[in-house]
Amino acid sequence: MVPTHYYLVLAGILFTIGVIGVLVKRNPIVIFMCVELMLNAANLTFVALGRHFGQTNGQMYVIFALAVAAAEVSVGLGIIVMMFRRRETIDIDEVHLLKN
Amino acid sequence: MQLAPTIFFWIMAILSIGSALMVVVSKNPVRSALFLVVTFLAVAVFYVTLSAQFLAAVQIMVYAGAIMVLFLFVIMLLNLSAPEALKERGTIQRPIALGLGGLFITALIFSQALLQMPTRPAPAEQVVNLGTVQSIGLSLYNPNLPWLFPFEITSILLLIAVVGAIVLAKRKLD
Amino acid sequence: MFDDLTHYNFTLPTEWHGVYLPGLVPYVAIAFFLGFSLALVPFLVYMERVVIAFIQDRTGPNRVGPRGLLQTIADSIKLFFKEDIRPKSVDVRIYYLAPALATLTALAANAVLPAQFLYFKDAAGHVLSVPFTVGDVNIGLLYILAMSSLQVYGVVLAGWSSNNKYSLLGGLRASAQLISYELSMGLALLCVVLLAGSLKLSDIVAAQNIKPFGIDSLSDVWKGSIFSWYWLGSLGVPVILYTIAMIAETNRAPFDLPEAESELVAGFHTEYTSMKFAMFFMSEYISMLTVCGLNAAVFWGGPLPPLNIWPLNAVPGFLWFVLKIMLGIFSYIWLRGTVPRLRYDALMNLGWKRMLPIGLIWLFLLAGLNLLKEPNDGVMPPNPDAVPQVQVVQPVEGDKD
Repeated sequence: MVPTHYYLVLAGILFTIGVIGVLVKRNPIVIFMCVELMLNAANLTFVALGRHFGQTNGQMYVIFALAVAAAEVSVGLGIIVMMFRRRETIDIDEVHLLKN
Repeated sequence: MQLAPTIFFWIMAILSIGSALMVVVSKNPVRSALFLVVTFLAVAVFYVTLSAQFLAAVQIMVYAGAIMVLFLFVIMLLNLSAPEALKERGTIQRPIALGLGGLFITALIFSQALLQMPTRPAPAEQVVNLGTVQSIGLSLYNPNLPWLFPFEITSILLLIAVVGAIVLAKRKLD
Repeated sequence: MFDDLTHYNFTLPTEWHGVYLPGLVPYVAIAFFLGFSLALVPFLVYMERVVIAFIQDRTGPNRVGPRGLLQTIADSIKLFFKEDIRPKSVDVRIYYLAPALATLTALAANAVLPAQFLYFKDAAGHVLSVPFTVGDVNIGLLYILAMSSLQVYGVVLAGWSSNNKYSLLGGLRASAQLISYELSMGLALLCVVLLAGSLKLSDIVAAQNIKPFGIDSLSDVWKGSIFSWYWLGSLGVPVILYTIAMIAETNRAPFDLPEAESELVAGFHTEYTSMKFAMFFMSEYISMLTVCGLNAAVFWGGPLPPLNIWPLNAVPGFLWFVLKIMLGIFSYIWLRGTVPRLRYDALMNLGWKRMLPIGLIWLFLLAGLNLLKEPNDGVMPPNPDAVPQVQVVQPVEGDKD
């Protein structure tokens, strides 16, 4: 089997790409997608370490993280839809104030 | 190390990192979403190589099959796929983010030589049934393990999410 | 497991001129399933036209070839030679990706259908039973559900990339229908998984190879017979739910509003011509084959004969499987000719408000009946993580394993 630290480094790279995406992009949906990328990188870390120690604990955590991510996506997209309805633009540099 | 799993890992790793980069680089949100689907499928393949077969199938069904479809619906219905305008806002922010991110990735790649796990991984005979539904079910419904309570609470969480999404997206009837 | 289906005593040797035969099974299965799926599509198109013509009391195709048998070939030649128009404002890559994705996911789901059980007898006399699938994965059923949920992308991307409001609306409506009925399909299949105890399709088929309801006093004729299959074992409702959901999943009548010819121009594949349209057409028929195959394997016994008596169980299993698929497709076409189309909100109503609660209630009912059958006397099953938590720290002396 491939050594476990390969998977950890891969997950770290994916996580960093997600962080760069959150900082650089201006469309909130793409920012949200990069957050999902970060979540997936964390899930990959959990599964890799679970396999390393031969336990199902890693995969159990990922199941719950998956369920929570699904719930979070639905609510987050609802917020974005509402934001768009108010303002007709979702450029994140223009909607940076909480009021209105 | 055996050759075939290693080559397979490198091919999938390049695929997943490449598509993750394209998520960030694409100017069109629909293309970003599609590249993210490719990344999720690559991560599902990694789950299979890590003996987590059930999780791989669930990842495809939930992430690639439901969450990303939801993203695509929102992008398409709100017609948000206009490419980002080249406004000169936040000029200092982008290079700093890219620079720091690049530095971190380089550090990660070069630390691979230092980053060895102190213990050996579990041998293949022990993990042959690690990711099957039966073993996950035994862990999930076992009152001695801590996973039963979060399982029940997750159902309430999903209910809250459904109610929240409906309330947020409803138009006011006035 | 399946050790007593060798009543026709047909076992293959394990080694043949030095080639390990059970290892060849996946490759032969790939060729078989690919060939079967692709070659059956023209036949299905012809069958549909003949059956619909019979239901509608008119003559079917009778111009091309004897009894119109070459009709599909004529259709394919026509579609192939049509001009390949690409509208200027489409998103080119996604436009060409969508039909390919639809066909790819439809074909990929065919890989785990259990067509037959092959028996290999090695020199020591041990019999090894290998299911004739491309890969008999532990999560077979979940894999097919995952591939079905990826089929949504073909539809959504086709509607989007055509840069046409009608296509977009058709695509979004079709994909909303698909993801709604995936839930009912999953719940109906969960009822079967509850009874069979495994997600592996060959295990589900093997679990139907028992006497009906486990009554031991019946004769051996009824073992694996029609009354022990899961359409009756799950008390009748999940098979109805699954059948309705499978028709909705493949966007066929009476659920074909998103692609109906009199609505929305032609739905999500308005802007597609010649081969790309042919690929959508093909992917619809292939996914029909897949869901009918799953139906046959899970609810109607797969490769099992209806009665365990001599002439019926000498027929190879995959012929029974193909026969059951054909009966399923015949009922598809029958429904198309008979039942009017459902309006879109009635369709969504059916999926969410009627089928989903019935599926959930039936799942609970079956779980309760299962508990009654084998009461759990309070003994907890063993902890699968019962390895010692303390790992000995090994000295890392440049070991490369």
